Amino acid sequence: MKRQLLGVAATAVLAMCFATTAQFNAAEAKEKTLKYCSEGSPENFNPQINTTGTSFDAAQPVFNGLVEFEPGTTKVIPGLAEKWDIAEDGKTYTFHLRKNVKFHSNKSFKPTRDFNADDVIATFNRMWKQDDPYYKVSGGAYDYFNDMDMPDLLKSIDKVDDYTVKFVLNEANVTFLPDIAMNFAQIHSKEYMDAMMKAGTPEKVDQDPIGTGPFSFVVYQKDAQIRYKAFKDYWGGKPKIDNLVFLISTDPAVRKAKLETGECDIMSYPNATDIKSLQANPKLQVLQQPGLNIAYLAMNVEKKPFDDVRVRKAINMAIDKKALIDAIYQGQGEPAKNPIPPTIWAYDNDIQPYPYDPEKAKELLKEAGVTSIDSDLWAMPVQRPYNPDGKRMAEMMQADLAKIGVTTHIVSYEWGEYRKRMQNGDHQMAQFGWTGDNGDPDNFMFVLLGCDAARQGGQNVAKWCNKDFTDLLVKARVNSDIKQRKELYDKAQVIFHDEVPWVPIAHSVVSVPMSKKVTGFKVHPLGIMFFTHVDKID
Amino acid sequence: MLRFLLTRVSLVIPTFLGIVFLAFMLIRLVPGDPIEVRVGERGIAPARHAQLLHDMGLDRPLYVQFFDYVGQVMHGDLGISLVTHNPVLSEFLTLFPATLELAFCAMLFAVVIGLPAGILAATKRGSTVDHVVMGVSLTGYSMPIFWWGLLLILTFSVDLGWTPVNGRLSADYYFDPVTGFMTIDSLLSEDDPMGAFLSSLSHLILPTIVLGTIPLAVIARMTRSSMLEVLGEDYIRTARAKGLSAFRVINIHALRNALIPVVTVIGLQVGTLMGGAILTENVFSWPGVGHWLVQSIYRRDYPALQGGILLIATIVIIVNLLVDLTYGLLNPRIRYKR
Repeated sequence: MKRQLLGVAATAVLAMCFATTAQFNAAEAKEKTLKYCSEGSPENFNPQINTTGTSFDAAQPVFNGLVEFEPGTTKVIPGLAEKWDIAEDGKTYTFHLRKNVKFHSNKSFKPTRDFNADDVIATFNRMWKQDDPYYKVSGGAYDYFNDMDMPDLLKSIDKVDDYTVKFVLNEANVTFLPDIAMNFAQIHSKEYMDAMMKAGTPEKVDQDPIGTGPFSFVVYQKDAQIRYKAFKDYWGGKPKIDNLVFLISTDPAVRKAKLETGECDIMSYPNATDIKSLQANPKLQVLQQPGLNIAYLAMNVEKKPFDDVRVRKAINMAIDKKALIDAIYQGQGEPAKNPIPPTIWAYDNDIQPYPYDPEKAKELLKEAGVTSIDSDLWAMPVQRPYNPDGKRMAEMMQADLAKIGVTTHIVSYEWGEYRKRMQNGDHQMAQFGWTGDNGDPDNFMFVLLGCDAARQGGQNVAKWCNKDFTDLLVKARVNSDIKQRKELYDKAQVIFHDEVPWVPIAHSVVSVPMSKKVTGFKVHPLGIMFFTHVDKID
Repeated sequence: MLRFLLTRVSLVIPTFLGIVFLAFMLIRLVPGDPIEVRVGERGIAPARHAQLLHDMGLDRPLYVQFFDYVGQVMHGDLGISLVTHNPVLSEFLTLFPATLELAFCAMLFAVVIGLPAGILAATKRGSTVDHVVMGVSLTGYSMPIFWWGLLLILTFSVDLGWTPVNGRLSADYYFDPVTGFMTIDSLLSEDDPMGAFLSSLSHLILPTIVLGTIPLAVIARMTRSSMLEVLGEDYIRTARAKGLSAFRVINIHALRNALIPVVTVIGLQVGTLMGGAILTENVFSWPGVGHWLVQSIYRRDYPALQGGILLIATIVIIVNLLVDLTYGLLNPRIRYKR
């Protein structure tokens, strides 16, 4: 009897575990649920303290900034600030805040008031003032706030009245607006922060977020899914979908499979090699936009023979960019000629790129009196949107350079070490790249090529410091007239082209594959995922 | 018996200390630190880097950090994750039921198919059945998990559409976790518990097969060889001579003794299962501890990784200890010899 019972029990358990895929009728969802296959788990839900695109994406549906990027472009548009005035000296920004903006609520917090100036000040003070009670909460590293030089730039933030906030800067800087359109400057509820501090659980602010955004946060199941609900009181109008679910899958091949089977409606970061098959699928569409990025080969001008501009030009002519784009980017990229991508308004399209011409390159080397070059060639150790395969790219470059008599040996290090050594200038030629933070040309040119960044340990890895070039950038930084700025950047791009400290390689295309049922989605050049205006039709 | 037990348990302590040391050192041998890996292209100013390392307590000499950690562990404190700032133990406990559910199903799958297959191969020794069972199990044993997982996904999920690609439950269902075991929680849910239950089962199928394949192969081969050995014994011949049915001879007389080494192997497979779970969970984005550990390596989340390895190792040690003890119970010669 006992044995029989055991047998029955075993069979029952077995049936539970191995019941064949009974066609289960999922509860007919009456609500519209959009499923987004994302690539990883967020660190937390506070864009002030996190650093990865994955984490920013997870917080994006919940929050608004004072100003924001327009979906699909890098144009700065009003967010929680309806309008703003900039003083003539360019140092004072006065923001007029939107009224009747509601905050979300959750189990432990119900807002008693609308959004106002106190929230703006509390948000910035947390990142800025070391004596703020929240400064040290959750690790207290405000990387983006610091990277954007906010501590040096900000002089004061004052509440003029409940709906007016005045930011005073130490110096005029027109990149301030696009800077605060970035995720790190999104606005939190002071009331919620105070309540959680009082309850002794301040870190809850970072894990169970309250914002003013189009979706309220429902739950995060670690490493599995994040759920959001459309916020019916959203100041911009209730979103068209009712539920938003992020399904986390780290493997792009698996995300692709989920999209193909309909388990997801949209997927992030497809493999470049999969784009063609995704495009061929009749149920899917692949939206694309040139990314706000650049891959380049930096030549260290402090090391011979790359101190000679003729050598640098020769290297530029020896590398077949078209072949690189076909092989490495699988056609999902375009050759670069300037240090900024063509999606930025300051791009100078009149520049003529150096042609692929190994013969001319050899002549230039001869003219420079260089008979043989033996150089290292650093290959990116990690995959990046702007460079899907650094090693293979290095091998192709090596073959190209051999044709003009340049011998190279490929070097690579662990990513942190790679970056550190390169920023110290240990290399001769090294692959590197950049993805823009805010769509401003300054965020590429000043950061990557300015004299200040050419110091040891700085971001200018060509170690190229051209005073005329940097002066133009500094002038452009304080000028709010976009036409005059464009002229300054055009001149700077001509200098860059004449001096060629880099071989600009490519700008990759950002692709977002999705079901054809999805409408209203716009690919953002900064990679931000906006779901506010997205709909799903049956 | 008590002496046997004490000998076994005393071996656990040095093993445990060794693991604490290894878990602590290995991740620190990997180049980069938790701050460097998160800063991206921009890099970080040396002063700020130093400040952040100091805030995390990572600028102290290694031995200080190590003894500090050991002291912490002794007090049952596994630290706070550097990335999420949650206690490591609570993160582990949140994720562990998912791993346990998967491992349990995989083990069940391996035993339920592996045992009969091994018995069948032994009784039909030299026949086509034997060759097929042994051939298939050798193939299964040599199958790389990553490849095998993707192959099954492409065939059964993408091409045939029979099983979901990954995850634990369809996104159409949501309920608050109670036990952490999706199959149980789904039955406890309020809206459409049966639908949710079937959804969680269908999500288990492919990962169970992938994770169970290697233990299945090992169990099948072990059962076969152990069975063959027993079948050659005199008492089996006697049993047959008495006129007992073949079924009774094999399943009652032979199997009982043949199982002793198989039980040990099953115990050892728990370790394999945990290692395999790390790979399987990554292929299927299964939100368990294996997936979490790999993410912790990428993020150089030292406390999470140390704590995770330590907890998993503890589980493997305890299971093996229990197996050793069971073995002693099954085979009296083992305990009396000591």
